[in-house]
Amino acid sequence: MTEAVLRVKDLQTQFQTRAGVLKAVDGVSFEVRRGRILGLVGESGSGKSVTGYSILGLIEPPGKIAGGEVLLNGKDLTRLKGEAMRKVRGAQIAMVFQDPMMTLNPVLKIGTQMIAAVRAHDRVSRKAARARARDALAKVGIPSPDERLEAYPHQLSGGMRQRVAIAIALLHNPAVIIADEPTTALDVSIQGQILAEVRRLADETGTAFVWVTHDLAVVSSLADDICVMYAGRVVESGPAADVIASPRHPYTAGLLASVPAEHELGTKLPQVPGSTPSLANLPPGCAFAPRCAKAGPACTTTPPVQHFEDGRTALCHYPIEPVSCQPLSSTSTAYRSAS
Amino acid sequence: MIGFLIQRVLQALMVVIAMSIIVFLGVYAIGNPIDVMIDPASDQALREALIRRYGFDRPLFEQYFIFMNNMLHGDLGESFIYRLPVLNLILSRLPATLELALTAMLIATLLGIPLGLWAGYKPESMSAKAIMGFSVLGFSVPSFWVGLLLIMVFAVELGWLPSGGRGPTTEVFGMNLSITSLEGWSYIILPAFNLALFKLGLLIRLTRAGTVEVMSSDYVRFARAQGLSEGKVVGLHVLKNISIPIVTVFGLELGSTLAFAVVTETVFNWPGMGKLIIDSITVLDRPVMVAYLILVVFLFVMINLVVDLIYGQLDPRIRVKAAS
Repeated sequence: MTEAVLRVKDLQTQFQTRAGVLKAVDGVSFEVRRGRILGLVGESGSGKSVTGYSILGLIEPPGKIAGGEVLLNGKDLTRLKGEAMRKVRGAQIAMVFQDPMMTLNPVLKIGTQMIAAVRAHDRVSRKAARARARDALAKVGIPSPDERLEAYPHQLSGGMRQRVAIAIALLHNPAVIIADEPTTALDVSIQGQILAEVRRLADETGTAFVWVTHDLAVVSSLADDICVMYAGRVVESGPAADVIASPRHPYTAGLLASVPAEHELGTKLPQVPGSTPSLANLPPGCAFAPRCAKAGPACTTTPPVQHFEDGRTALCHYPIEPVSCQPLSSTSTAYRSAS
Repeated sequence: MIGFLIQRVLQALMVVIAMSIIVFLGVYAIGNPIDVMIDPASDQALREALIRRYGFDRPLFEQYFIFMNNMLHGDLGESFIYRLPVLNLILSRLPATLELALTAMLIATLLGIPLGLWAGYKPESMSAKAIMGFSVLGFSVPSFWVGLLLIMVFAVELGWLPSGGRGPTTEVFGMNLSITSLEGWSYIILPAFNLALFKLGLLIRLTRAGTVEVMSSDYVRFARAQGLSEGKVVGLHVLKNISIPIVTVFGLELGSTLAFAVVTETVFNWPGMGKLIIDSITVLDRPVMVAYLILVVFLFVMINLVVDLIYGQLDPRIRVKAAS
């Protein structure tokens, strides 16, 4: 087992608002090893995107990183400032955003934007930068990359644009790429192609990915490991296949149960009752307790991190007992029988 | 591209023709120039002769066609007052206004865009708030008053700069310009700054609004995530995206500065076109008024045409629409 390239330890990101301090990310820890893909899963507002931005130091006021460490190959990024952080961004750690329609500047040619990205870190000639841009486009499976360099973003499809964004992220062979829901805005068929491409790139280049998403189907087919986030905390983590086959946290179980594809036809689709709590007034103790069928008297106190076999964790007083070697549909049974 | 150009030129032509009719009718609806031109004591025969000479006895549409025909031959008539061809009269005043207007636009652009960028880049800073406060003053304080204040401070109290007039000129490409000499600059700097003040306020606010919007966009965030320096983010991504509204306003303001620098030219006694038109209106010098207004229309149409062409260069999405 190789050393983790990215290790996030007890990360705290807070937003100062009129309603008080919002803890968007509250003690998140995880690690990713070389060439591996970590799925960071959660509903809207769970803090998964803010975690991504925090890692790159792209949190803007009134937000700030209030504590914790982001160790990239052992170097703490939260201590870097200004120019030192700029040199890391894009070179050692890169990011891909959700909406490919918005992430490329509409009035600049693809080539201009890519050459600027190359020359942000390497003092090379325009010609050399252009050659690298072309190679990067070819690497992510874009046909006739030379012509694409001359194109403007609006002349490309959404899937193409997202490939360009991934190509830009890959330009400097970063150790880690944070991908913030990059396939959410795309057709399912295009999404499939891109996921396959990312898997291949991770295996070939050794780049580690943190794949932020709300889509469990994406994670189950792509990620090696999973972190499930709820209200700014990691509630469950572990190897993707294990977590999906046998979730230990009631919230993960609830999410899995509400995936339509795994559900029997003609019966009502189970949902996680209620909605994500506002960060401004979180319930005391476990934030999920008001929506949880398994909640007990202990849940008004902060739950402990429970460690299980294979490095799995769950943030829960009453974790679900493991179901061994059961098909996916039975996980929903496990959740419901417990209720 | 050629098709787009032809289409725009034809549109421009229609505008010029429509405006020529409006201007002609408008000016001819006011008063009788003969009364102004001749001695009230002169006899009826002289009056009649003069009316016939200027063609005022003919039907209005005939007068219009004669006027248009002459105009196409480069003859915009003769001033009633100066007894000079109108075109020469206006062109002799054009360089003065041109250099004043261009200097003013230069000041407004070179100060306004950087200040606006800064105010939009750091909107919470004290300096940004000071810039915004200044911009409000820039376009809300009446320019004649600012002009008088400038004269009071820099010409009368401090005595650093002359209070008015144009100073020495040298001939460049057949135009008399004063910006070629340092002494000429001492004359032009106050009126140019006075004229620039409104545009400066406008450009600051426009640039700031665009910058604030673009700074919060995904592509700026993505550019930062790529590790682009802040200078590159602003210089490459922000500047080009905010340039379309800026170019629009720049074009319109350039046109209106050239045409209507009247107040500043009057306050600083600057011998430009604005002063010429005001003088002509007071003495009802019709040919000058008509020719001037048509020249202004032509100027606006040309500037807008150029602005449209620049749009295509700035935003490729506009180019696509124009081609289809």
